[in-house]
Amino acid sequence: MQVTTTVNGEARTDEVEDRLLLVHYLRDVRGLRATNVGCDTTSCGACTVLLDGESVKSCTVLAVQADGREVSTVEGLAAADGTLHPVQAAFRQEHGLQCGFCTPGMVMACVSLLKDNPRPTEHEVRDGLEGNFCRCTGYHNIVRAVLVASGQDPK
Amino acid sequence: MIPAPFSYVRADSVDHVLSLLVEHGDEAKVLAGGQSLLPILKMRLARPEVVVDISRLSELAYVRVEGDEVAIGAATRHREVVDSADLQRDVPLLPYVASLVGDRQVRHRGTFGGSLVHGDPAADLPAAVLALGATFVIQGPAGRREVPAPEFFQDYFQTAVGEDELLLEIRVPRVPGVGWAYEKFTRRANDWAIVAVAAVDNRVALANMSMTPMRAVAVEAALAGGASAAQAAQAAAEGTSPVTDMHADEEYRGHLARVLTERALVTAAGR
Repeated sequence: MQVTTTVNGEARTDEVEDRLLLVHYLRDVRGLRATNVGCDTTSCGACTVLLDGESVKSCTVLAVQADGREVSTVEGLAAADGTLHPVQAAFRQEHGLQCGFCTPGMVMACVSLLKDNPRPTEHEVRDGLEGNFCRCTGYHNIVRAVLVASGQDPK
Repeated sequence: MIPAPFSYVRADSVDHVLSLLVEHGDEAKVLAGGQSLLPILKMRLARPEVVVDISRLSELAYVRVEGDEVAIGAATRHREVVDSADLQRDVPLLPYVASLVGDRQVRHRGTFGGSLVHGDPAADLPAAVLALGATFVIQGPAGRREVPAPEFFQDYFQTAVGEDELLLEIRVPRVPGVGWAYEKFTRRANDWAIVAVAAVDNRVALANMSMTPMRAVAVEAALAGGASAAQAAQAAAEGTSPVTDMHADEEYRGHLARVLTERALVTAAGR
C-alpha cells in the first residue's frame, strides 16, 4: 500500500508492504536508525516515537497506520543549528544514560510525558515512564533529567 | 518479529467492516489500536488474510452520557477513557482501571472495546465492566443485539462477538457516589494482573481467577447475608479455577483473591 507520512517535518510517499511495522519503516525505508528495536513485544519502549504528538511503541504500529499522520523521532528533536531540545540537554547534563540503547525511546517518552504534564512530580515521572526499560538501570539520573527538563530542581 | 503477509483494508464505515467480515469470515481480523492484535500477528499465533482497520471510524470513538448510562464507543482509546470528565464523575472505576492498562504508549493506541473483545482473563477492564454490570452492543449481518456482561465473556480469549460481528458500544450504568475499588496485584510495573479484584458497592469481580473474568458470587452472597468485608472475603476463591503458571500457583492465587477482595471491599465502603 502507498503511505504518505510526515517524519520530522518531511513528507514523503512510499510503497510499503501492508505488514511492515512502523519501526522498520523508519529505520529501513526512511533511513532513520536512532529508533531502536529492543524487546519487539511492546514492553521495553526502546522503539518509542511520537505519532501525531503522542508516544507510541513503533514495533506495535503498522506503517500503513501512520498514513497521513505525523511521526517524530529523536533525530528531529534538536534545532537546525544543533541546539539540543531541553529534554536532550537535560539528559546530557544529568547523565541520564549509560549504554544509550534505551535513550532515543526514553527521550521521546519524556517529551510526550512533559507535553501532557509540564511539571510532574518525581512519582509522576517514574509512573509515566513505566513503559520504558533501562537495562543499565540508570533510572535515577533519567528521572532527574526529566525534572530538570521541566525546570524543576531535582535536589 | 514480522507478521505473516496480509491485506490491510482501512474501513470507511461500520457497514464496510461488516461486509468485509461476511466476505472473509474467519480469515479476517479487526484492527483497532492493535496493542493486542499486532503482538499476536507478530508471534504468528494468528495469520489472517485480511486485517480490517477500524481505528479511523470516528463514529466508534466517543463517551456519551445517555440517561442512566454512559455509552462508550468500542474504538475509544484508553487515554480518552482515562481523561473523560463524564466517566470520572459518573463511573470513576473505569478511568482508574483504564489508567492501569499497559503503559502510556499502549494507552495512546489501545482501545476500550479492543481490550474487552480480546477477552484476556488477566486483563483489567473485563473485571471492571463485569462488576459494573455493563451491556455490550454488537452489530452483525442480522442486525444489532445487546449482550449483558456475564454472557459476553464466554471462554479463554473468547467472547460473544461472532466472526461476522463487530462490537459497537459498551453501556455502563452511572454510579456517581457509589463506593468502588480496583485492587491489582503485580510483581513488576507494566504487567498483567496476577490476580485483580474490582468492587462496585457490594458487587465483586475477579480477574485471572478462571478462564474468564468472573463475579465472586459467594462473596456477594455473604455480604447480602450481613457478613463483614473480612468475613465475606474469605469466600473469594470459592468456585474459581485459576491457572498455575510461572507467576503463581492456584493456592497462592486463592490467597491473593481473598486478601485483595477484603482490601477492595474496605476501600469501596470508604468511598
